Amino acid sequence: MARAELTALLNPRLAVRKRIGAVAYVIFIAAILLGLAGLAALLLRVLWQGAPWLSLHFLTDYPSRFPEQAGMKSAIFGTIWIMGLTGLFTVPVGVGAAVYLEEYAPKNWFTRIIEVNISNLAGVPSIVYGLLGLAVFVQLLAMGRTVIAGALTMSLLVMPIVIIASREAIRAVPSTYREASYGLGATKFQTVKDVVLPHALPGIMTGTILAMSRAIGEAAPMIAISALVFLTFIPTDPLDEFSVMPIQIYNWVSQPRPEFRGIAAAGIIVLLVVLLSMNAVAIYIRNRTQKRSEE
Amino acid sequence: MIPTRYARLGGVMPVLAALAMLVSACGDSSQNMATADSDTLSGTIQIDGSSTAFPVSQAVAEEFRKEQPNVQVNVGVSGTGGGFKRFTVGETDISNASRPIKDSEREAAAANGIEFIEMRIGTDGLSVMVNNANDFVDCLTVEELNAVWKPGSTINNWQDVRAGFPDQRLRLYGPDTDSGTFDYFTEEVNGEAQVSRADYTASADDNVLVQGIAGDRGSLGYFGYAYYQENKESLKVVAVDGGDGCVTPEPSTIEDGSYKPLSRPLFIYVNAESLEKPEVKAFVTFYMDHGYQLTEEEGYVPVERSVYEANKAAAGL
Repeated sequence: MARAELTALLNPRLAVRKRIGAVAYVIFIAAILLGLAGLAALLLRVLWQGAPWLSLHFLTDYPSRFPEQAGMKSAIFGTIWIMGLTGLFTVPVGVGAAVYLEEYAPKNWFTRIIEVNISNLAGVPSIVYGLLGLAVFVQLLAMGRTVIAGALTMSLLVMPIVIIASREAIRAVPSTYREASYGLGATKFQTVKDVVLPHALPGIMTGTILAMSRAIGEAAPMIAISALVFLTFIPTDPLDEFSVMPIQIYNWVSQPRPEFRGIAAAGIIVLLVVLLSMNAVAIYIRNRTQKRSEE
Repeated sequence: MIPTRYARLGGVMPVLAALAMLVSACGDSSQNMATADSDTLSGTIQIDGSSTAFPVSQAVAEEFRKEQPNVQVNVGVSGTGGGFKRFTVGETDISNASRPIKDSEREAAAANGIEFIEMRIGTDGLSVMVNNANDFVDCLTVEELNAVWKPGSTINNWQDVRAGFPDQRLRLYGPDTDSGTFDYFTEEVNGEAQVSRADYTASADDNVLVQGIAGDRGSLGYFGYAYYQENKESLKVVAVDGGDGCVTPEPSTIEDGSYKPLSRPLFIYVNAESLEKPEVKAFVTFYMDHGYQLTEEEGYVPVERSVYEANKAAAGL
């Protein structure tokens, strides 16, 4: 039997299937290109609109009614405060919860309910967290519209992301590592501390980056806590009032003077730069630890 | 050695520490900048409320800061209603408002022992706008606006607005239901606040409305005067006939009240107890001394100068 005939016999519709494969390839390429084109269009527009308004004073000045004098110093520092405290609250609690769920929790119905609820919480609209923060932290616990109330609200919002990502990372550590550790006489805590967590660290860091990236761009929950858009002092302790960059940008977009659209675009650029440098630091830390854990 | 992984993490700590120091260093400098004048005041003044009146209060706060750099004036934009919610429980010292305080809000204040002083600072003329290409509408009566905007209205073509208008699809643009502008327009045009047909393009952002009207030949919409002022070239303003003929919104017609019924007052409400604090006293005095000029600069129509003086007198300033 000739080779072609054999192929035809063993692979009916070969040509058709190959064509389908080629079409699928084109569809997938188009999908990624479409997504990238949208992103590129947005970024280019923002850069084009905002670049003329970018300058050093934009970073070091307070908001102003004059477009050429407006800056986002108070918002930048507010964001740094909120992000710093959010990280401080979220990472230990989130990773701790993940360790408990993966390493300690018994596999029963109660644990499953907790797991389902954490996944659901990740999908709750952010304004709901804002209202919760307003009711619980600002009013019930009488923290006022302060940095600490904002950071706690933001922590609630991103906690599920950290927990879910950390659990994935912990689950990905091969069980042979744990067994080897036990075999050497290590206790459970020692195993978690010296074997599981170091190997899960890159994944945990990735989850933290995602969580912080989400938090830095959130305007809705922060508006519920603090709708301040004209603030000429920067917070010096967690009980000060604050503004954050997304609120400031949101306010600029809705100003009557058209110049403020350019200012808002400049604000978006600064927000992106802060976000990217924050991520760069986290990725740098992750890569260093990753390298070590592969040795 | 496994524990060294954590030790490695320590390598980045100096970077973070440096960042933290940079943050706190910048934090200090701004507060040391203020010169220690003998009559400098300090303290914090909380302002919240209407986003319409926000630009005026922001302007006053910004100018006031040049005189009293140690007084921290925070201005928020929770909306007129949201601002009064905070004001009537004593959270804020001053509330911006684009309508007079409601009876329910007055009662809430009384229940919390909050006394306040109402100060008129200017007037806004809600402007009715159409597309630049619209050459058949110059003036609409309040009845016509009501026919278009009342709840359940099914008018979707200009020829149904008035006999003689061409067959042109009508699309509506307006502020969303949280806005004081929406409250005021519906009260004046539909007879009751918050009552309106719902099938229109609603946005909390007036610039979205500007763009919508500018890009749609059959559009009709309304928003605050300041937004019309900044977009005069791209939109056409419609005169409104409130019973005494067609009047276009202009500073003169808004100020003398002949642009009716869509001229609306802008206020600040000052907590009487806060007013005993020297920094609030100084701020409100400053507000009234410069209110005329700054209201005008921000695109609204100031009230007569005597009103600012009367406000001061009412507050004992």
